[in-house]
Amino acid sequence: MSETRGLKSWLTTTDHKRIGLLYFWTAFGFFLIGGLEALVIRAQLARPDNHLVTAQTYNQLFTMHGTTMVFLALMPLGAAFFNFIVPLQIGARDVVFPRLNAFSYWVFLLGGLFMNASWFLPGHPAPDGGWFGYATLTERQFSPGPNIDFWLLGLQILGVASLAAGFNFIVTILNLRAPGMKMMRLPVFTWMTLVTSFLIITAFPVITVALVFLMFDRVFHTHFYIPSAGGDPILWQHLFWVFGHPEVYILILPAMGIVSEVLPTFSRKPLFGYTVIVYSGVLIGFMGWGVWSHHMFSVGLGPIADSVFALTTMLIAIPTGVKIFNWIATLWGGHIRLTTAMCFALGFIALFTIGGLSGITHASPPADLQQTDTYYVVAHFHYVLFGGTIMGLFAGMYYWWPKMTGRLLSEPLGILHFWLTFIGMNLTFFPMHLIGLLGMPRRIYTYSTDLGVDRMNLWSSIGAFMIGLGMVVFVYNLWRTRRHGAVAGPNPWNGATLEWATSSPPPPHNFDVIPTVHSRMPLWGSHPPATAGGEPVHVPPGSWWPLVAAAGLPIMALAALMHTVWIVFVGAAILLFGIYRWAYEPFEV
Amino acid sequence: MPPLRRHFPPLAVFGLALLAACGGPFPQSTLAPVSDFGHDVDKLFTGIFWWAVAVFVVVEGLLLYSVFRFRHREGSPAPKQHEGHTALEITWTLAPALILVFIAVPTVRIIFKTAGTPPPGAIRVEVIGHQWWWEYRYPDLGIVTANELHLPVGKPVAIDITSADVIHSWWTPRLGGKRDATPNHHTRLSFTPDSVGMFMGQCVEYCGSSHANMRLRTFVDTDSAFQAWVAAQHETPAAPATGSPEAAGRAAFQRFGCIACHTVAGYSAGVLGPNLTHVGSRTTIAGSTMMNTEEHLRSWIGDPPAMKPGSMMPRMGVPPADISTLVAYLMSLK
Repeated sequence: MSETRGLKSWLTTTDHKRIGLLYFWTAFGFFLIGGLEALVIRAQLARPDNHLVTAQTYNQLFTMHGTTMVFLALMPLGAAFFNFIVPLQIGARDVVFPRLNAFSYWVFLLGGLFMNASWFLPGHPAPDGGWFGYATLTERQFSPGPNIDFWLLGLQILGVASLAAGFNFIVTILNLRAPGMKMMRLPVFTWMTLVTSFLIITAFPVITVALVFLMFDRVFHTHFYIPSAGGDPILWQHLFWVFGHPEVYILILPAMGIVSEVLPTFSRKPLFGYTVIVYSGVLIGFMGWGVWSHHMFSVGLGPIADSVFALTTMLIAIPTGVKIFNWIATLWGGHIRLTTAMCFALGFIALFTIGGLSGITHASPPADLQQTDTYYVVAHFHYVLFGGTIMGLFAGMYYWWPKMTGRLLSEPLGILHFWLTFIGMNLTFFPMHLIGLLGMPRRIYTYSTDLGVDRMNLWSSIGAFMIGLGMVVFVYNLWRTRRHGAVAGPNPWNGATLEWATSSPPPPHNFDVIPTVHSRMPLWGSHPPATAGGEPVHVPPGSWWPLVAAAGLPIMALAALMHTVWIVFVGAAILLFGIYRWAYEPFEV
Repeated sequence: MPPLRRHFPPLAVFGLALLAACGGPFPQSTLAPVSDFGHDVDKLFTGIFWWAVAVFVVVEGLLLYSVFRFRHREGSPAPKQHEGHTALEITWTLAPALILVFIAVPTVRIIFKTAGTPPPGAIRVEVIGHQWWWEYRYPDLGIVTANELHLPVGKPVAIDITSADVIHSWWTPRLGGKRDATPNHHTRLSFTPDSVGMFMGQCVEYCGSSHANMRLRTFVDTDSAFQAWVAAQHETPAAPATGSPEAAGRAAFQRFGCIACHTVAGYSAGVLGPNLTHVGSRTTIAGSTMMNTEEHLRSWIGDPPAMKPGSMMPRMGVPPADISTLVAYLMSLK
């Protein structure tokens, strides 16, 4: 029987729910760090010609804000819900590979710590090449310090975590579904997890190759991206964005899945056009591969390439628009309860729509030539990733927190959090559309008062601190709920999917009896599936080996950083030893 | 739970943002184009913008209506359990597709129109990005200068853009869109300016520490003013009178090694930094971040990295007396 208390129980856990909580708290911690970085950025830009931070520090801040939010906060917050919710939604007792799941988490944690450790070393060599790391700026000639090495090695470590998790969830969703849980009965969140996982296992190899080339250039003096030796920095851009655009869908699809769960529950209606929503999610997953060069319209790829990528980019708006209309049709004629989760889901629709529409304006290459690399683009993708992904993730937090902890978050505090976030978000990012159209570039640590955008930047900074205030309210709500939250019971929202069929929090084995499913919304039918009774369920004990194996990776990265070969072998030995013991771990029955 | 309508309406936030926009002038605005290229892009953007506004109003209107109209009331019967409606779903698939046709057709037309080869006789300019300044070469006129570009009004221009180090991006917003400056690649822009004036711009691809300080000015001159500028650029500066501060400055220019990186026609031939042959006639210094005044030039020579972090030009340790003569010399290079 697995232990349930104490440090050891957390270090060795293979329970998807505990790993989900570990993912949540770690990613949430990184989310706060990324948010603090954003606040320093906005403090610096509140006034023209400001000297709060140096150019170098500012460049590190926007690099780490982007990298942290994408790889250490939003993706793993999605993973927290994959872990906690997906096995419950499909009526399984755990994921298919519980120890691999633990390994994913530990690799993610260590990769994040490795990258952020750069802030604390002498000289603070935190990465400063932008989250997009364009060569040739990131080559050794122009970035001689270890900054870029921390970034590219950290990302390689994190890629291992994402890939392992991606495979795990694909196999889990395809193989561990409860009897009767056909593919077209899967909850939409599980469907979007499946699509996202396929995107992860296909997109991450591309950035891994790109990063390995860059590492070889920097460490072994190869010339993949060095023009003076016959290499080409445009190659980096293609590789990065072939990964980078599917990555956008890796970030947004889980949030779309969450919204597709929350809207029906609080409208007391099934999702309108389930089939179309599922297929459009799958279609977005495929089409996301054919649009990468819209990040490169200013590169000068020629009129034919520009036209093709303009058209594919516009096409992807169609399945996205269909989803939005289907969500509104789900609300239509329903019984809408404006809980905090519902407010965030509605906020998602309202704000993501704006991000989508500004996206259309730069799907047109000539128009994009006036917009790319300005604050207009910063406004656009924050409407997508904050207005979309983060609003969706908050909807998920309020919706599933009672399932994860057994207690309901405070609704009045939640509504306050929602309005501070919603108003603060618009105040921060809406003026950026204008700031960009009036000619302020991105990634500049200071700007001249001549541009005439002082006041708008000040409003934007005030909005950012309002979002910060909203986060304080949210953190207080989380803290308060630990002891004072109302006890949730198994199904506080009258949800229709299987996670609500078991207790909150669920027992280690999830369901006493694996439920048999007869419809898409099993708990709303006349005969909800039985999950109680049955034989006692044995849960396998935890394992140290995923943690041991994971520890080998940052040691190998450290060796690459220090150019010391023997340490690489030490790290590799630890990794292989961990995997060996893991493989031969006795299976206790 | 408090109802939605009692809360501060978020639309007011948009109103405030728009109010804040009423200021100006906006020297880098993309919304006030002064070239054929700029007008084409602006027209395209305006068309897409109004389509976006229309979709915005429809979607947000439907969303707000649904939220207010279908609020839960205690005791009302359970809502009808609609699973979908094929005709409706086909409609809202085809409607956006139709709108996209109206956006895609002019988009492709403008792509090909603005990518065309410049007409014969266009003034050729080579733009070379450096960390963190712009080099301008006029191959047909034999002129090399930095950060401040001069063009005649009403004449087509063919700009060839590349980089000497990392990727930059050249942008004068009122003259039209940007193009990246990539080492070993040559990108092109061509347009015809239609208004006389000074138009600000800056580098828009992150290029290291002083990316923010890599600015530029484009002067669109009348034809006669442009010809006068060309004639002035062709002149080689005369050696200053012996014993004058300018002469002392000229000697210091050699003594402190300035000649290793800077060209002054007839005197030095360094190529790592900007060509200074006519630096005294430029309106700005330090990547167009400062007005070209004696005071700014003094502090620049004294401590370049303080004005432009990461600057390739180091602190040269020039004593104040020599800085004075250097400033006098540089200012004399009209």
